[in-house]
Amino acid sequence: MTKTDTMVKELVDKYGNKRESLLPILQGVYDIEHFVSDEAMVSIARNLDLSSADVYGKSTFYSFLDTVPRGKFVIRVCKTIVCDMHDKNQIVDTLENILKIKVGETTLNRKFSLLYTNCLGWCHKGPAMLVNDDVYTNLTPESIREIITDYKNRD
Amino acid sequence: MQERLKRLDVILGIHPESPYQVMEKALKRAPKDIISDLIDSGLKGRGGAGFLTGLKWKFAAAAEGDEKFVVCNADEGEPGTFKDREILTIVPKKVLAGMGICAYVTGAKKGYIYLRGEYKYLVPHLEREIAEFHKNCFKLELDFNVEVFLGSGAYVCGEETALLNSMEGFRGEPRNKPPFPTNNGYLGKPTVVNNVETLVSAQVVSRIGVEEFKKLGIQDSHGSKLFSVSGDTPRPGIYDLEFGLSLDEFVREFGDGDTKAVQVGGASGFCVPRKKFQSTTIGFPGGLTGDSLPTGGSMMIFNSSRSMYNVLRNYLDFFEEESCGQCTPCRIGCQQLKVGIEAVKRGDKDPEYLQQLLKLTDTMKITAKCGLGQSVANSFSSIVDNFREEMIY
Repeated sequence: MTKTDTMVKELVDKYGNKRESLLPILQGVYDIEHFVSDEAMVSIARNLDLSSADVYGKSTFYSFLDTVPRGKFVIRVCKTIVCDMHDKNQIVDTLENILKIKVGETTLNRKFSLLYTNCLGWCHKGPAMLVNDDVYTNLTPESIREIITDYKNRD
Repeated sequence: MQERLKRLDVILGIHPESPYQVMEKALKRAPKDIISDLIDSGLKGRGGAGFLTGLKWKFAAAAEGDEKFVVCNADEGEPGTFKDREILTIVPKKVLAGMGICAYVTGAKKGYIYLRGEYKYLVPHLEREIAEFHKNCFKLELDFNVEVFLGSGAYVCGEETALLNSMEGFRGEPRNKPPFPTNNGYLGKPTVVNNVETLVSAQVVSRIGVEEFKKLGIQDSHGSKLFSVSGDTPRPGIYDLEFGLSLDEFVREFGDGDTKAVQVGGASGFCVPRKKFQSTTIGFPGGLTGDSLPTGGSMMIFNSSRSMYNVLRNYLDFFEEESCGQCTPCRIGCQQLKVGIEAVKRGDKDPEYLQQLLKLTDTMKITAKCGLGQSVANSFSSIVDNFREEMIY
């Protein structure tokens, strides 16, 4: 078995091989590999007795299940209206400067990806962003620098 | 502060009776009495659509099925809304008690909290609460088990049938209605899908009784409501207010003195300009004078420094991305509306072109399959009608 097959097998054992387990399994793959690879989708399809096109259709439907490789830490900056009004652009500029990438890109060392996302539900404390599952609010260029330095020091 | 704007703390407050005591009390009553109380209370869904909660429970209770489900809809994605996250953070026991009462009434043995992926950090906290809830169910001999189901960043999954599709492992695309989830829901079984706040309010009806509940709010819109206030306001946050307040009162309390417009109900809601603050009441549409607006509780305040063109463009960007793409009116409509207002702004199209775009939203309203496509017209027409100059110049 390939590494991917083993990973998928473990997730199928955990969540079951019914169709209802598909989203949790895809999320599990994403948590481990930071994207859902073609190989993983094919393996999931085999395990759940679905067509691989079906699994692909499901993965690409969700904005949090990227099918292109992402960095270990995926930064998603909220771009919806209230965060936008609260100087989201300044936050994005700062991130682009520190990480030396544009929105949509991943750093060469595969550590960070910078993406936009829709309303995160922190409008009263905007601008807001997610780094993987962690929420950061009331962002300023200064706080961004601290947050990114902290992540840079993590493995 | 005016009387009407006092914080009620019905939803988020702590009361002498704990949520699980309220559930215990409810479980001693006949399910049909709980349902008739809920119907009498006039409680309507707090997600924004405003269907009578008691009726939903009644249909699910009456539906034939060897298995039934209760789903708590915590896929809170409407721009400007964050109340459900606060509820799940501060008073998760009230939500679970509401689910427990619903399970008892309908005969469901299994419940899910469909939590949006953006709130994944809440999972450990919710799982601790669910473990404690299960102990209480066991004590009360209620055979009911709840688990968290995590979404993955799709606004449309807040629509109940899209949510069910997502749980079943399909693309989160809305289904045709009927059949309704109360008869044909998760895995084809009778299912109640209720918003987080609705479940809390159902629990409130059990705690304070129909009479007290009906004293809150106005005709056709009973109870209190959590409002998520954001934008140009010195006091952003969550407020537990009574239904029936006028927008004028609201703006006096929360505005920054220079409020130009308030977006009621998020990107899929309505934009109310200053001249209509006095004649607009917040509640579900009923026999009131003036405009009465339903709301999932999102209140975004814009002051005169804001360009309403940018606001509308931001919404359309949102809808274009979040449209599931299943039906043509919404998939193409959202794109064309965005392209259209950009062309008018650039001067590539005459201002009259806005009329054509308004006609397009009318078409979307009647032909789109679900609430997403149907409600794009709300913000589009209310912004274009009221701030036409800003769209052109």
